[in-house]
Amino acid sequence: MKLKDKPSKHFYSPTDIPDDWFNWKEKDNQAAEAVARPSLSYWQDAWKRLVKNRLAMAGLIFLIVLVIFSIFGPLISPYDVNKQDLPNQYQPPSADHWFGTDNAGRDVFTRTWYGARISLFVGLMAALIDFSIGILYGGIAGYKGGRTDNIMMRIIEVLYGLPYLLVVILLLVVLGPSLSTIIIALTVTGWVGMARIVRGQVLQIKNFEFVLASKSFGAKTPRIIRKNLLPNTMGPIIVQMTLTVPSAIFAEAFLSFLGLGIQAPFASWGVMANDSLGAILSGNWWTLFFPAFFISFTMFAFNVLGDGLQDALDPKLRK
Amino acid sequence: MLRYILKRLLIMVITLWIIVTLTFILMVSIPGSPFNSERGTNEAVQANLEAHYNLDEPYVIQYFLYLKSIVTFDFGPSIKQPSQTVNDMLGRGFPISFELGIITIIVAVISGVTLGIFAALKHNKVIDYMAMGFAVLGISIPNFVLATLLIQQLAVNYELFPVARWLSPAHMILPVTALATGPMAIIARLTRSTMLEVLTQDYIKMARAKGLSPWKIVIKHALKNALMPVVTIMGTLLAGILTGTFVIEKIFAVPGMGKYFVESINQRDYPVIMGTTVFYSAFLIIMLFLVDLAYGILDPRIKLHKKGGE
Repeated sequence: MKLKDKPSKHFYSPTDIPDDWFNWKEKDNQAAEAVARPSLSYWQDAWKRLVKNRLAMAGLIFLIVLVIFSIFGPLISPYDVNKQDLPNQYQPPSADHWFGTDNAGRDVFTRTWYGARISLFVGLMAALIDFSIGILYGGIAGYKGGRTDNIMMRIIEVLYGLPYLLVVILLLVVLGPSLSTIIIALTVTGWVGMARIVRGQVLQIKNFEFVLASKSFGAKTPRIIRKNLLPNTMGPIIVQMTLTVPSAIFAEAFLSFLGLGIQAPFASWGVMANDSLGAILSGNWWTLFFPAFFISFTMFAFNVLGDGLQDALDPKLRK
Repeated sequence: MLRYILKRLLIMVITLWIIVTLTFILMVSIPGSPFNSERGTNEAVQANLEAHYNLDEPYVIQYFLYLKSIVTFDFGPSIKQPSQTVNDMLGRGFPISFELGIITIIVAVISGVTLGIFAALKHNKVIDYMAMGFAVLGISIPNFVLATLLIQQLAVNYELFPVARWLSPAHMILPVTALATGPMAIIARLTRSTMLEVLTQDYIKMARAKGLSPWKIVIKHALKNALMPVVTIMGTLLAGILTGTFVIEKIFAVPGMGKYFVESINQRDYPVIMGTTVFYSAFLIIMLFLVDLAYGILDPRIKLHKKGGE
């Protein structure tokens, strides 16, 4: 910065400031005691920050609407999900068939919402099972530490090296594809990531002073785990769960593509998209478009929601 | 360092052994003999076939024979196409899949890093938002959906590129684009966030104070450190690209290993499924190991011999 020759007209040296610019203010004891901002719990604060993230909120709203439609969508449609109507195959979207009909004349609108049920169910169940196993395994490894931790982490290291989708494919080839076997196959090695996160968190938090304080007041292990460790590890765990759902939905769609997806009479989005691959080349775009659109947007919604939660649940970002 | 490598090698061998054992258990637990569906075989022929493939031995012996064949890199014949062995298929298909994979990685890394740098340099500006919006979309759209869209729009509607097959560079553009978009998006996001972090570091301020041009700072000073996380996720990306080749090769009729693999799944050609799984798992596990080693060598802050967890 260059020094100017003349001080600007807003430039005063401390001695230049006239006394009458200052006025005396009485000390207000009450005002000093007032809390500047409302006291918020961790969750209220996180929620406030999440609401401010418009993209994440859009994702959340999309998901809520999707769930509502997957529950009530089939009810407002006059068509049966598997009713074939061959004379009406490949009808473009119209007032009768909002999303058109597919190669067997089935109503794509109805099938899309049934597909949503299957895909969301697979995603949520996978996340839930990963969560249950991961929190148990990672919690024990992190809390016990030492030798136990060492052995448990070696096992994880070995499992982590297994290529996820290849193992899933292998299991499904033998177990035979069905709703339950797909969920089992997705979670057999899927929980490892969650366990690693929980273990890392617990390992870090268990050495904090407030846990020590709890211990010195005589808290037993279950109480420490329940009251001190779990609430403080929840942030990264929730984020991980939000990101597990889309990857499970993707994996299911991918498996459908290999012919290892949900079998009829159920139809997931992946199955619908796979069935209509040939149709798109002959111009019947709607049979692929709707399931593909919903797979992509559901994954998008979960991804942005996960990103938003990551920021919202990080106490370091608290303003 | 040496201790770390030995430890990792041991874990690698155990992981491989689990995969091999898993495939064996699965193969044995499949009901019926693989020759049940052969037409025109009477019991004597079946017994002979089973004896030929050692299927009449007790499981323990079969298991060791299987281990031996895997170690000697012999995955046996295909059941559905008896004239071919799994090795034949791997020999023919793998080079093509490898080519597709390598090109994809190169494209994904270069475009992802470039996108990430631009987003970081124009932090909170339009370019940043556009790049990151593009990245989230890229992560969200499954590669097979993207592949079909590309074929329908660019190959069928506008006839810019060939629809399928693997003959010339023009044939490679669509499959590589479909396969590279996901990894590219992941790399772009990662590069952006580490780049933002690196750019606030003191040595960057120092470089700026020396009067270096912004681009020189980025290329010579910031990029080196910003790329480290990309190296760490390389293993995961490789796994994603590898499994991605299955569907991409199926859609684009690329005659790589993925196509054989998908066919073998549909035809329940168990030796091919098992052989390919073992081969690909070994490939991936070794790659992961190499990536880890490279990481230790590239980043002097990582001490590989350090004991204990994170």
